Amino acid sequence: MSVRWTRWAGLGAAIVLAAGATGGAPKAQDRIGAGALQAPELLADVSDHSIEITTDFTGTDLVVFGTVDRPGDIAVVVRGPAEQVVVRRKDRIAGIWVNRQSMVFADVPSFYSVATNHPIETFADQRMLQRQGIGLDNLRLRPVDAADASVAEIAEFREALIRAKQRDDVYGIGIGQVAVLNNRLFRTNIFFPANVPTGVYNVSVFLGLAGEEVPGFSTSFFVGKIGVGAEIFAFAQRHAAPYGILAILIAVSAGWLAAAAFRRA
Amino acid sequence: MQIYLPIAELSVNLFLILGMGGAVGFLSGLFGVGGGFLMTPLLIFIGIPPAVAVGTQANQLVAASVSGVMAHWRRGNVDVKLGCVMLAGSTVGTVVGVWIFGILKRLGQIDLVISLSYVAFLGVIAALMLAESLRAILRQRRGTATRGKLHKHNVLHGLPFKMRFHKSRLYISALLPLAIGLIGGLLVAIMGIGGGFFLVPAMIYLLGMPASTVAGTSLFQIIFTTAIATFLQAYSNQTVDVLLALMLLSGGVIGAQLGTRAATTLKGEQARALLAVMVLAVCAKLAVDLVAVPAELFSIEVMR
Repeated sequence: MSVRWTRWAGLGAAIVLAAGATGGAPKAQDRIGAGALQAPELLADVSDHSIEITTDFTGTDLVVFGTVDRPGDIAVVVRGPAEQVVVRRKDRIAGIWVNRQSMVFADVPSFYSVATNHPIETFADQRMLQRQGIGLDNLRLRPVDAADASVAEIAEFREALIRAKQRDDVYGIGIGQVAVLNNRLFRTNIFFPANVPTGVYNVSVFLGLAGEEVPGFSTSFFVGKIGVGAEIFAFAQRHAAPYGILAILIAVSAGWLAAAAFRRA
Repeated sequence: MQIYLPIAELSVNLFLILGMGGAVGFLSGLFGVGGGFLMTPLLIFIGIPPAVAVGTQANQLVAASVSGVMAHWRRGNVDVKLGCVMLAGSTVGTVVGVWIFGILKRLGQIDLVISLSYVAFLGVIAALMLAESLRAILRQRRGTATRGKLHKHNVLHGLPFKMRFHKSRLYISALLPLAIGLIGGLLVAIMGIGGGFFLVPAMIYLLGMPASTVAGTSLFQIIFTTAIATFLQAYSNQTVDVLLALMLLSGGVIGAQLGTRAATTLKGEQARALLAVMVLAVCAKLAVDLVAVPAELFSIEVMR
């Protein structure tokens, strides 16, 4: 129990720091008694603004935390850098299953995770979910140039895309995973698997209240490779020809060494 | 111990990869083939993207064939002249193959073509090899050892551009090794295999090469083919993961040496029969996957 409280205390300190940094947060005493009259307040931050993929990287957790000034529905949405994805469907041709129809989706988040404090269906403001694309049903995924595809077909391909991303552990929904303390402090852990896509991520936190528009809170963080792995990747991308030659030289010398070593043994 | 692969962009267990390299290396040492036909499907099975599996496998095969050719070179079992003629063909084959690979990948048909060529190509060779080795084993059991001619004269000997290959004691048309090299190069680029499994029987049965120079010469030629494939895959697709290749070849070279030692306890026809059964099993698995109703009809690919 004490460990838990220390954690919350640490988070509290971090929130104070974060609030200080943004500069726009009211002083604690200002809110007392007057909270219900003021516009709802929402503040959030992440435990780390850069996730570093090192050679021994096996996935990591990121804590998203913040404050709200009244009870409500909290949704934490994390999106990875957008990518273009082609979805293909197999059909049977002459007894063999062959990729036939395909559909390209643009602006697909390479990572998508939603954490809420209670089930999405029970949110008071369902329109907010649609507007902000919160939850897999509301996630905006539209095909590029699919004029000749029926609505049912598009839905089928869209669902297949989500299924595939879920299999890769990069799309997830965590219901009840946002813990709220005294209707004020909230926190949630977002897990990033070892195959996490690299790039700039966006975290948005939404506070849903019945009949009231609350502006969401957004921040970003970066997922990148560092160390030897990053150097290898950058070299392979920027100097593809020398990289290829180096790869061959390494292989030739390794093969040579092995043969020489075993000859002596 | 988990290691993050920079090009494949996922983390793998170091000991799993070393073990896979060792096991496939052992089999390749035992049977005298590269083992790519086992390694590429295995890599894809543990989650490595197929394009990275093919590119990295080519790189790994460079090391395996350099290591393998050394012993043959010392014994003078490499026909460099014949190897170079085959190399001319395989260079063209590899370049064309990498080009075809790119087109098929864009069309989303590369996995299908890889599976089909495994089943059709390796399946047929393995079936022929199994039949041949079983006949040899039966013949020995009956004790009627009949020696045939060194090689049969057929229509292939009527082709033009005849060349003399002293080391292999051959006088044949240069078009033959050229064509065999071309197909070998295509296999390297498209299937991510060294091609030894195709080259060795083709050199024995089509060229009529003596068994002594076949292994060394095919390995000599495979070094260059896989090196070209590595370069082209790294240059045009950035799909060669040196870290993964290093891990595979560390296990692979040790396995190959142990396999070579174990090979002395096996008779040639027994080894061929075992190899053929193994390849047929891989082909059967792929064939079932081609015709059985897939668990998931859809697949996705991120466009770059």
